[in-house]
Amino acid sequence: MNPLDGNAIGGLLHEVFGTEMTAAVSTCANCGDTGPVAQTVVYLDAPGTVVRCRTCSDLLMVFTRVHERICVDLGGLAALEVR
Amino acid sequence: MEGTAVRGRLTWQTATVSQLIPETPRTSTIVFDVPEWAGHRAGQHLDIRLTAEDGYRAERSYSIASAPGEPVAITVERLEDGEVSPYLTEELRPGDEIELRGPIGGYFVWDPAADQGPLLLAAGGSGVVPLRSILRDRERTGSTAMARLLYSSRSLADVIYRQELERPVSGLDVVYTLTRSQPPGWRGHSGRVDDALLAEVAWPTGQDPLAFVCGPTSFVEAVAQSLVGLGYPPTRVKTERFGATGVATGGGVR
Repeated sequence: MNPLDGNAIGGLLHEVFGTEMTAAVSTCANCGDTGPVAQTVVYLDAPGTVVRCRTCSDLLMVFTRVHERICVDLGGLAALEVR
Repeated sequence: MEGTAVRGRLTWQTATVSQLIPETPRTSTIVFDVPEWAGHRAGQHLDIRLTAEDGYRAERSYSIASAPGEPVAITVERLEDGEVSPYLTEELRPGDEIELRGPIGGYFVWDPAADQGPLLLAAGGSGVVPLRSILRDRERTGSTAMARLLYSSRSLADVIYRQELERPVSGLDVVYTLTRSQPPGWRGHSGRVDDALLAEVAWPTGQDPLAFVCGPTSFVEAVAQSLVGLGYPPTRVKTERFGATGVATGGGVR
């Protein structure tokens, strides 16, 4: 399946963070690339929702929904700046 | 909190289908009455959730097709093996209720007051949906920003909103390219959008143009790369990729 981009998880991110996040700026912990979350590479049909860096492909975020709970892994982010 | 729209929160709301408009053999526009709609901006999308009797749920994202200030509408392309789009395009009737949440997105959004640069809107297939919202917003707000829509479609019959797009609008021109079949005597472009077509169609970078590119991932990647190659700063090329499946799919989306 083709990857999409961060626009595709606008609803999920709003649910998790409580605000609009596609225009927020993420910084990759691996390569340091920064850019709007909307521009990240998103795989919806991986086990969970997987968000990768558009520059180095490293893992930025993973979201896993278990019943009504969402597990969030932000380990690949150096920063996430909400504007 | 379902059913009530709390300010700042994104909550599932019950919308009522008010109108169904066939657009092409494969696509329909669905107009909703959403009592607690907070208002949207051109380019945003919404999520739709279907719940089966056994509790199984499917969520999809759809770009909003209507301009801010108009009733909320989406345009859905029917996918033969789809879980959600066949229901939306074939089963729904006016008066039916459906769960949705939105508006969603703050990146792939046009703000007519903040940006006067000429607009280059590039659509691949149903990627035209959010761009149509931008075009309607442009007209409704009396924006003087010049606009050009480059619309890549399989065939002329697959062009969504064709009547609306062929209506003369001041400051707007529409360029089609047909990728699979062309009608007899077709004088427009054929084949996929490439560097040569973009070089011809895209506004010169000196005019500080703003590009919105929406379509399947391969289309968006190709167009965005070409535009950057033509000298468009990456920050002036806003992209939204969509695809056919997913738990909470993207953009124009399906």
